[in-house]
Amino acid sequence: MDEIARIGSVAATTFLASSVEAVEALTIILAVATVRGWRPAGLGALAGLAILAIAVIALGPALEFAPLHVLQLAIGVLLLLFGMRWLRKAILRAAGVIALHDEAKAFAATTAQLREQDAQRIARADWLAGLASLKAVVLEGLEVVFIVLAVGAGRGMIVPASLAALAACLVVAAAGLILYRPLARVPENTLKFAVGALLSAFGVFWTGEGLGVPWPGEDWTILALVAAFLAVGFLGVALVRPAQAEGAR
Amino acid sequence: MSALAAILRELAGLFVDDGLLALAILAVVALAGVCAALAPGAPLLVGAVLAFGCLGVLLANVLATTRR
Repeated sequence: MDEIARIGSVAATTFLASSVEAVEALTIILAVATVRGWRPAGLGALAGLAILAIAVIALGPALEFAPLHVLQLAIGVLLLLFGMRWLRKAILRAAGVIALHDEAKAFAATTAQLREQDAQRIARADWLAGLASLKAVVLEGLEVVFIVLAVGAGRGMIVPASLAALAACLVVAAAGLILYRPLARVPENTLKFAVGALLSAFGVFWTGEGLGVPWPGEDWTILALVAAFLAVGFLGVALVRPAQAEGAR
Repeated sequence: MSALAAILRELAGLFVDDGLLALAILAVVALAGVCAALAPGAPLLVGAVLAFGCLGVLLANVLATTRR
């Protein structure tokens, strides 16, 4: 696989995965801004970004000292756990076994909770609202950091992976600021389905490299693995959906 | 202390949602590792165990979750 295609696959994976996480964080930040204003929402988000930056600065250089095979194996296994968890959930949601994640509902639940704090005249309401914003950025951001490090570190692609994640966060933030409402129309489960397959494929690939597997076709194997995970995902939905519909009757 | 426990729980939650799926994935990786140690001359077998094992585990877990 030539360099441009390799960078493209890493950037596309991190962009899509980061978009999903950024949409979830944005929902909470918007809820805080709606109820308590932009000051606690913005300060909480900035503090969260600072914590994430410290984590990246601390972890990034440490990865360079790890032997490549050990790094590929460790990252591969973590990617398998992370990616297959996403894909499993997306399959179950697509088949109707579990409910779809609803940004509008998450927004309504967070605003209701913050309004309750307001009604109780809790003196630290701004603090609590800021903490909600910080927590959303740190938790969703940690997933973005992991994806960037995991997808980028195995082949020295941290910079394109980071730039793609940053672009995703900026695009989502800009859309949120312009629309000033949760991005409920983003096809989140479709994105999670695709990203779960991509991350799982990277996971099998890195784990195999860590175990010394000379993949036929080298990096092109990743595309074949993505296709295989998508095929199994669609098969899972096709097998489960009729049984689910039958059970609902 | 409870905040630290909450953070650790959140971190673990990034990788483990369904414990059985996580255990099955680790078992596939361990099996692939055993194959790599016992048959160093057949690295493609290791790749096949890993790829087909993960695909099979995913499908089996989805079907089992639906039955539960």
